[in-house]
This record gives sequence, structure tokens and C-alpha cells, in this order.
Amino acid sequence: MHKITRATLALNGLGRCFIAEHHLSLIKIASRGLACSEHGKSDVYDVIISGGGMVGSAMACSLGQDPNLVGKKILLLEAGNKKVMDKVPDTYSTRVSSISPGSATLLSGIGAWEHITKMRCKPYKKMQVWDACSDALITFDKENLQEEMAYIVENDIVVAALTKQLDSLSDNVQVKYRSKVVRYTWPMPHQTADSIPWVQVTLANGETLQTKLLIGADGPNSMVRRELGIPTVKWNYDQSAVVAVLHLSEPTENNVAWQRFLPTGPIAMLPLSDTESSLVWSTSHRLAEELLELDEESFVDAINSAFWSNENQSELIETAGSLFRGALSAIMPSAGSPRQLPPSVAGIGPKTRVMFPLGMGHASEYIRHRVALIGDAAHRVHPLAGQGANLGFGDVACLTQLLSQTAFTGKDLGAIQHLLEYETDRQRHNLPMMAAIDLMKRLYSTNAAPAVLLRTFGLQATNMLPTLKEQIMAFASK
Amino acid sequence: MYSNKLSRLVLGLYSRNAAAVSGVVVHRPAGRSMFSWAAVCKQRTLWLQRSACLEHRLTSTRSISQTTVDPDELRKFRSLASKWWDEQGEFAALHAMNDLRVPFIRDNLLNVHRSRHPGNPLSGLRILDVGCGGGLLTEPLGRLGADILGIDPVENSIGTAQLHASYDPDLRERVSYQACTLEELSAGGEEGEEGQQQRSGQFNAIVASEVVEHLADLETFAFCCGLVLKPGGSLFITTINKTNLSYALGIVVAEELLRIVPSGTHDWEKFISPVELERLLESNGFSVQSVRGMLYNPVSGAWSWCDSTDINYALHAVKVTEDPQPDPHPEEPSHTADTHS
Repeated sequence: MHKITRATLALNGLGRCFIAEHHLSLIKIASRGLACSEHGKSDVYDVIISGGGMVGSAMACSLGQDPNLVGKKILLLEAGNKKVMDKVPDTYSTRVSSISPGSATLLSGIGAWEHITKMRCKPYKKMQVWDACSDALITFDKENLQEEMAYIVENDIVVAALTKQLDSLSDNVQVKYRSKVVRYTWPMPHQTADSIPWVQVTLANGETLQTKLLIGADGPNSMVRRELGIPTVKWNYDQSAVVAVLHLSEPTENNVAWQRFLPTGPIAMLPLSDTESSLVWSTSHRLAEELLELDEESFVDAINSAFWSNENQSELIETAGSLFRGALSAIMPSAGSPRQLPPSVAGIGPKTRVMFPLGMGHASEYIRHRVALIGDAAHRVHPLAGQGANLGFGDVACLTQLLSQTAFTGKDLGAIQHLLEYETDRQRHNLPMMAAIDLMKRLYSTNAAPAVLLRTFGLQATNMLPTLKEQIMAFASK
Repeated sequence: MYSNKLSRLVLGLYSRNAAAVSGVVVHRPAGRSMFSWAAVCKQRTLWLQRSACLEHRLTSTRSISQTTVDPDELRKFRSLASKWWDEQGEFAALHAMNDLRVPFIRDNLLNVHRSRHPGNPLSGLRILDVGCGGGLLTEPLGRLGADILGIDPVENSIGTAQLHASYDPDLRERVSYQACTLEELSAGGEEGEEGQQQRSGQFNAIVASEVVEHLADLETFAFCCGLVLKPGGSLFITTINKTNLSYALGIVVAEELLRIVPSGTHDWEKFISPVELERLLESNGFSVQSVRGMLYNPVSGAWSWCDSTDINYALHAVKVTEDPQPDPHPEEPSHTADTHS
């Protein structure tokens, strides 16, 4: 081996005395930094996810399985108990989600979809949306009923499947159930010598954890978002949703999702099995309370008449609508689809009637230094398009991909650069979706003739344009 | 009105050019005389240890300047040491460059070593980051699993780097820093012969990113790199080409107009073209694998690869396994003599 003697640094002697002072103080600071981080050494996580609901658990699974994130310390904090499901309950739960093919792909990528299909879920191949104030309708289906449009899955099943998957990932993802966060301490955007550069999470039991990245998945009333002071655009719709499990009067194939726009709000019937469907009836608070008070038989009658009655239709609109439809079918004879009738309801599952208020909200920022919001913490939508869970799973897919890339380039997972990319990407998708849902909700909340005419024509015209429908579906099934 | 501005710009360019040239002319002899005493001291040990041929080469290069570090550069970076980690600050462009240089280093190393360590792709590799500054590139490579040593002659920068890495438990075991020069490192400090032998030839890769344009003596730099690298080890260099375009963009626009980089960061005279760098490396026992152009977009603040190496470029060279054949007629790295092509 070659060997050469040490060549002195150009300004060695001079430089030493010149910088000695600074050098010493820096070393002191450095050792202090070492000492204070030594103290909490075991507790610096790479990622902490706050909130173990559907979206938070999916995030944890997704990060825990990414090959580029192997060896990262990931922690999921959930205030509730661990939700284990040894056996699928006999009765259906009222809280269901429509899972788009895009979300199903994410869930199958993280291994949870297999558990879900083993437990239970119901695909539907067609969706019919129609107006109570006219006969205008629109139907969506894929490849002439060959492919599933989406799946109706109980939220409990999704969480149970994800919990099961998290158990198998215990080497990569740590989960703390029954852990309530009492305080978040945010780091300074620029590191100073004596401050801790990580987000600190203080739990109710007094434990303090540190993380390079905090992911807020703590729902529409997100504490993470509130503590960060992120402004949120939100309004309540003066509507409540009444949900229930419906028993159909006779078994059918039951593979259509039905939604009718009543002047008081949309009512939807979503398939759960051959004989059962799930009801999501958005209506005024007063009417919702009345519906909850009704005896079972009257409640069932109310549902049937909401789907079948023609009392809101006016002759003028009827005539205009059929003229317009006639004109359209003269131009494009093959397009469009015939109207189908929803199955009639015979009864409801015992004690399944529940109501909850509806609202929409959108955080103006999804990210801050070392923090990202996902799911309902970032955006909450009206259930009419069945997109709530899907937007959240979309966040999970996007953030996982970016964090994976970040890790593969050796970057700090909490660095703002890729978080900004996440925000831009998701807002570009979420905002148009939210605007469309909100517009639909508003357009259909009235029975004023001009609005009804507009939506009647709009719906009919859209129904005749397969390419436009395909685009709508492609956007909604991401 | 634009022509007026343009002419001023051109004039400015010329006057700066002239100033730069004269500055170097004045400065160089001073530098030489400063180092000459040290050079004499080294001669004796060198004579004892080297084969005649190698000896000739070393002394001839070493008498030009004793170290690869330029004292002026040292002063420049000392004043900037505290600003390394401000991602929007003076070093924003360097932070952004990680998007190109980390994958460049990672992928080339993975190509050479072909190991599979999910989550820690560079694990098991020992890397030396020469001129690491605040550790902007050292930390990402450490996070990828490499065992990395960052060296920089500016002790304040090393202090900043050490402090910054100390908070991250992942980095604590893998990243270390040392305030020293490459020559000091390759000479193995003051330990005995065994210590030196352990020290030389210990690295799988050397990274010198945005460093060689600040060095006084590239020949010694390349030689020292060869000493500390294992046979087959990789050398990664990113730097600025010596073209009119690089002068206009790298100094006039980047430093004076847009202030992307602090004024006075670069000295065009020390820039080196890829061809020249390649020749220098090949004569020091390296084989150049790839040279790629890099382009900075000041609007988006992002770097991208491009075909032209006229401004910035990245280079990957591998130390050839057999002992290098010393060049019988070493070129004198006299940058001032270069034509302004």
C-alpha cells in the first residue's frame, strides 16, 4: 500500500486559534444534542399515525408493507379498543362504505382485501340515480354488467380486516390501542441548536413520543388539524342521515345501487346481500327525527314511498323532460338505458335505525412541517356519491408512494418537499370531487322548476353520452 | 433599453473575467511560497517511502501546492457554515440537487455491488464524502444504509453536520464526521505503518459533490482518492464545466443576478471540463463509467438530467483493479493556462 505523509491543512495553525472558540461551543451543543436525544432514544419514530379507523389502519398497513420502508419505526395510535372479529356477526352493521375498484386495489395490495372477501362484502354492477321531480335518470355500469362498479362493505369489516393484517405486520408496525393523545408539540420549521426537531406526542398516560412524521387520520373533528390551527372550510348541510339495514320483500340478484333525489335530500339503497340492503337517507333534521320516532311498519312504508311515489312530479317538467328525452333518442337511438324499479322493502333489522348530522369540510392545507392529514381529517363529504372512504384510501395510496420514493432517495420522511407533492396531488383530485358532490347536493335540494329542468336535461343528456359517463366513472373509481 | 442592459451585462462579464484571471495570477505564487517550507519537510519521508517513479510524480505535483484545499475557499465556507440546513436559504440548490445525485450514486453503486437490502439499499458499503459541508449529501446516503464518513476542512461545517445528525437515531450509528482534508485522511494521521495500511484502501466509494471546483490541486485529489478507495471502488464527482455558458449561468446569473448561490462561491478558473477531468482521472488509475449533464431550473428550483454537459455534470469513475501505471510525464494542472474556449 502506498503511504504518504500527512500534508498539513493550509491554515492549520492560524485556523485552529481562529476557530477554536466557535468549535468548542459547537462541540458542546453537539454533545448536548446527543445527550438529550440519548434520553429519549428509543422513542423517535419515523412515522406515527394518529387514529386507527379505516384510513389510519390502511395507512399503517400500507407503510408497513412497503419494501423501501423496511426497518422504519412506524406506530399507530388508536384511542379505542382493538377490534378483533373472530367470526362475522349474523346481523349487518348500519355503517357501510362504498369501496371503489381503486380502493379495492389498494386494500388487496396490503393484503386486507382477501380477509374482506372471506368475511363479507357485496359487489354491485350497476348504479341507477333518478330524480323524484321528473323521470330523468342516469345509470352507470361497466362493460354491460360484466365488471363490478364498486363494493358495499361494512366499516367494521374493513377495520377488522386491516387489524388482522396489522397483526401479521407486528415486526414493522407497532400499534398502541387505548392510547389517547393529550398534546402535540410542533417543531420549529428551522432547527435551532437546543430544540427538538421532531413532532412530540404526549399520551394521556404521560408518555411522550417523538416522530419525524405525524400522519393525522383522526377523523372529521381531527385534533391534529385543530392543534395545528389549519383553517377549514366547512358547513353543515342542515341535513341528517338516517341509516338502517333493510330486509327486502323477496330475494333478488340485488346488484344495483339505487339512489333517488328527493327535494329533501337523496335516499339510497345499497346492496348487502340477496335479501338485505343498507339504507342511507339524507334529509332534514326534523324529518330525520320523525323517521326515527316512527314504528317499524310506518318507517318501511315511508322508505317504499320515497322510492316509488310520484307526488313531487309536475306535469310541466314531465312533458318537457319526455320531449327532451324523445329528441335525444331520435339523435342517438341506441344510447341511454331503460328505467328499472328498485326492490320493495319488507322490514328493517332490529335496532338498526340511527341518525347522524351531515356536513362537508375541507382543510385548506393537508400538510405542515412534519405533519400530513389524510382521510376525513383533511376532507369530509356528503355520502351521496359514496366517496368518503375512497377519497381517504386515495390519500393513503398517494402518500405511501411518495414516502416510499422519499425513503429510497434517503430523504428525511418529514421533509416538506414530498409532503407538498402529496398535498398538490390530492387536492387536485379531492377538490373537484367535493365540488361536484356539493353541487349535486345543492342542485337536487330544490323543487323549483328551473333547477329541476336544468338537472332533468343535464341528467338525461349525460345518460346518453357513454364516453362522458365512462369518464365520470373513471374519476369516481380511482 | 434592453440592449443597454445587455451591454452592461457583457461588460460586467468581461471585467469579472479579467479580475478573476488577475486574482489568480497574484494569488498563486503567494500560495506556493506559503507551502514551500512544508514541502521541504515532506521530501525526506517521501524519499524514504516511495519508489523512484512514483516519487517523481508526487513531488512534482506536491511542490505546486501542498494541499488540495484552497485557503480562500476555506474562509468563504467558514462564513456560511451555519446556513447549511436552511432548505430555502443559500444552499437550496444543493438541497434540491439531492434528487439527482442521491439516485445517481445509489443506482451506480447498486449496479456495481448488486446486493439486496430492502429499506437499506446501501448497507454494507463504506463511503467517504469529501467536502461534506453540513452533511447535506452525507445524511441521505447514511439513511440508505451506508456507513459513511464525511470530511471537510471547515470545522464549523463539521460542527453543524455533527449536530444535525445527532438528533436522528438512524444516522448516529452510520454517519461520522471528521474535520480534516483528504490528504490527512489518506496519509492516515500520525499512527504507525499498520494504522496507515488499515486506513488506505478502505472505502467502497468516494463522493465529491460540488467540491472539485473549489480545490487547488486536482492531481493530488485524484491520487489521494485512489489511495483510500478499495480496488473496484467508485468515485462520484459532480461539478461545473468550464465553458462560457457555465460562466454566464453559474456565476453571473446564479451568483450575481438571481442569488441562488452566495456571491463569490465559485471561481471560474477552477472549473474543469469533463474531458479534462476524465483525462486526469484516467491518468490516476480510474476508468470513467459515465458522465451526465445536469440542469437547474431556477423557477421550479429543481434539477433534471440533460444531454448537455455544458454547465453542470455528474461523473462516475471506478478505480481499476490492477495497480495504476504512473504517468511518465505528469501534466501540470495549471488552470490559468487554459484557453477560454
